[in-house]
Amino acid sequence: MYRIEERIISWFTELAAKVSGRHILVAIPFGWIFVFFICPCLILMKISFAEGLIASPPYTTLMDWLSGYLLQIRINLGNYALLFTDEMYIRGFATSVMIAGASTACCLLIGFPMAYAIARSPRRIRGILLMLVVLPFWTSFLIRVYAWIMLLSPCGFINSLLLKFHLIDAPLQLMNNSYAACMGIIYAYLPFMIFPLYGAIEKSDYSLMEAAYDLGCSPIKAFFSIVVPLASPGVYAGSALVFVPAIGEFVIPELLGGAQTLTVGRLVWNEFFQNMSWPTAAALSIILLIFVVLPIVLAQRSREVTI
Amino acid sequence: MRFRWSNVILSMGYIFLYFPLICIVLYSLNESRFVSSWTGFSLKWYRALVSNPIILRATVTSLKIASVSATISIMLGVIAAIVLTRFMVFRGKALFLGAIMAPLVMPEVVMGLSLLMLFIGMEDFFGWPHRNESSTVVIAHITMTLSYVTMLIQSRLRDLDNSIEEAALDLGASPLKVFFVITLPMIAPSIVLGWLMAFALSLDDVVIASFVAGPGSTTLPMVIFSSLRLGISPEVNAIATILMTVLSITVIMLAIFIYKDKSIKNS
Repeated sequence: MYRIEERIISWFTELAAKVSGRHILVAIPFGWIFVFFICPCLILMKISFAEGLIASPPYTTLMDWLSGYLLQIRINLGNYALLFTDEMYIRGFATSVMIAGASTACCLLIGFPMAYAIARSPRRIRGILLMLVVLPFWTSFLIRVYAWIMLLSPCGFINSLLLKFHLIDAPLQLMNNSYAACMGIIYAYLPFMIFPLYGAIEKSDYSLMEAAYDLGCSPIKAFFSIVVPLASPGVYAGSALVFVPAIGEFVIPELLGGAQTLTVGRLVWNEFFQNMSWPTAAALSIILLIFVVLPIVLAQRSREVTI
Repeated sequence: MRFRWSNVILSMGYIFLYFPLICIVLYSLNESRFVSSWTGFSLKWYRALVSNPIILRATVTSLKIASVSATISIMLGVIAAIVLTRFMVFRGKALFLGAIMAPLVMPEVVMGLSLLMLFIGMEDFFGWPHRNESSTVVIAHITMTLSYVTMLIQSRLRDLDNSIEEAALDLGASPLKVFFVITLPMIAPSIVLGWLMAFALSLDDVVIASFVAGPGSTTLPMVIFSSLRLGISPEVNAIATILMTVLSITVIMLAIFIYKDKSIKNS
């Protein structure tokens, strides 16, 4: 007995010696993320394979101990099958990808000239110009979306201006369509595009452009054969930074998109809050995650290739 | 000043960024309820705001949640950033980095839904966290802001010369003392910035809070969101203007503070 006790004590002291302050420092943030980020994802995945019930909680358990040693595991693939067969969900994914893609392209079209102009401006005002890009980002997100409601709604700024000057007779339907949702996303995520682009353009060597001019290259050709390739890491990073949040966006399509712009984010919300169908909402979320991870992996790949 | 295309592009870009916000400020001072007519200058929407108990209660809840979650988030973020920059390569470091950064790309609806599932499971199992308190929202916001804060402090720590810390360690200071006497003062500006960033992100969030908040912890963005669903409202103009003023003054002051700090060090 005495020896066993001794051994246990020595085992503990050894363990205590091994577990240093460093282990604890690693364990604190990682433990937080494990409990409040990784575990919820696993639970979500579990629920996506359950069946819906009218009960509390409204889904079945996957594993049941029947009698004795009999463990029953039921995996329901029906939720995923539903997503791939029901037209509403397929259209939801298509709408999300289209809105996110179009907004990313527009952000690139607006952001590239701006980033280029900032990077080529005198050094002492660059900091101020960049801060002016971020400043709207610090005002509340909801307020930036609301600003567009005020501009676009039937009794909003643009319509009342046009009516006042008798350019139109009845208010135009500017809001509650997918264009308005795109507009909102472009406005909300433009800084995410400008910053990586600015970083890439600012780093690139301007003397290459001058050399091209000296050798008789036209400005447009020089721009597309020198500036654009050198800025490509910024293009990939900026596009991923806009596309990824845009595809799962809920607030903007909900407020600006109207009833027919059903994006995946809105579908998850509706399945959960209105239909109370937790397993369908969970399955939709898992598929949405795939759509989010894919562009990141692609951006990573392209960066590795360019390096 | 001669004509340059870049000036045209920049001014158009900044008009695009600022025009909608300026509209909000102007119409918050309009006497009329409607955007179509300007009937005169008035502060009545601000007065309406101050006497609205729902908005006041939601503001207090939001400020409480944001300050508590920003404080815990910055503490966790400093630890995570030190692990990422000052520790030698250890097994699972890539996994650690990936896990810390993953919430950045998580769609808000998915994060809200999954956290709610966890909280419901935990409440059944341990009886905590209770959904009537705001602790669920605080936990969710810490998880949401941790990656941003870690990234910010990590970049600052990476820029800093760690020879001072090493010198202190060689001269026999304990790691804890080195942290409090040397590292912490050097990263103090980033800590302030990170805290404000976490605070602003928490004050801004509507989706995750809508999922995890119980009936007793309605936050300000949730109140704004539900009134936005009904369309334009002058009260929201007033809230928006107040929020914008407070936030932009803070950011500008902070920028000046950091800029001065840098120029003193450089000179």
